[in-house]
Amino acid sequence: MRVCLNPQGRELRIDGIARVGDLLRRLEILPGTVLVIRGDRLLTEDAPLAPDDDIELRSVVSGG
Amino acid sequence: MKCTRCRQPAEVKLRAHNSAFCRPCFVFFFQRRVARAVEHDEMFDRSSRILVAVSGGKDSLALWDVLASEGYQTVGFHLALGIGGYSSRSRERTERFATARGLELRVHALADEGLAIPDIVSATRRPACSACGTFKRHYFDAAALEHGCDVIATGHNLDDEAARLLGNVLHWQTDHLARQRPVMQPRHEKFVRKVKPLYLTSELETATYAFMRGIDYVVEECPNAAGATQLTYKAVLDRLEDVSPGTKVGFVRDFVARASGVFARDEQGREARSCEGCGMPSFGALCSFCSLRAEVDRKLAARAKPVPAATDG
Repeated sequence: MRVCLNPQGRELRIDGIARVGDLLRRLEILPGTVLVIRGDRLLTEDAPLAPDDDIELRSVVSGG
Repeated sequence: MKCTRCRQPAEVKLRAHNSAFCRPCFVFFFQRRVARAVEHDEMFDRSSRILVAVSGGKDSLALWDVLASEGYQTVGFHLALGIGGYSSRSRERTERFATARGLELRVHALADEGLAIPDIVSATRRPACSACGTFKRHYFDAAALEHGCDVIATGHNLDDEAARLLGNVLHWQTDHLARQRPVMQPRHEKFVRKVKPLYLTSELETATYAFMRGIDYVVEECPNAAGATQLTYKAVLDRLEDVSPGTKVGFVRDFVARASGVFARDEQGREARSCEGCGMPSFGALCSFCSLRAEVDRKLAARAKPVPAATDG
């Protein structure tokens, strides 16, 4: 599947991932720090993922 | 995962609240949570005219959306900081948001006065965030006065407040702890009350709300925020929250309920007078905004002064 990390705009190809929680663990991202977006919907950690999915991981952390 | 309220498929899980929500139920939950903070802390009421400080980011636009949806009288105020493309895109998103909803928006551009943040940094060598904070405080106060508002509402969220609290405690900044409250009462007739209606809602919640409401906010970060200490504190708190959900909300809520009054009581009350430069309240001859402005003028003048030619012998 294709994974886009925002706001960095970094794109990754990752395979062999069954669920959102597994994807976040693989990328070492804490669940409360990103929105997981597929199309116009948000996904929870238990949501299944398919090999042809386009996923956006959008950071919610802001400020300086 | 099912929605805790209606059992439909959930789109968001909030571990701190031991709940999951579908879209309609989350929007209801979020709006009710903000409304309860406003009522509980007596921030404002239906008769208030509220100046909402809007940056174009998720928090301030989510706040404006909630307040406008709840029928409060709002005026948006955007301070255009002049930080290149980041500021242009922030202003554009804010204007588009206001236009689409028919909301009143006032914009002040620092560049129009020759005070764009990069120019200030270049002239004074001050950190950008320090100059930015000084300008925001001045222009928010001045805008509230100019537009007849009783209260200024900012989009500071739970994570902002928890990170600031951690920093203040680590360095025992007792004067800062005295002023870290969701409601700051005015200490001069030209000031108005300042409130933070999102102080108990997390960044995850405000980002989720903005997404679900179709708010087109600026996702990119201010280029000056990179490496900021507050981001380090946020990362530490995120780790704690992951291990023990609810840590952040407990930290901030209990500080406000049980400890902030102690620091506020010890705060030395200083009498404000009128700034000789702008007439706004000040604790010295010049307020911090006019002092900074004078420093910029002085340094730019010195830089423009021709260097005397070198002479032989």
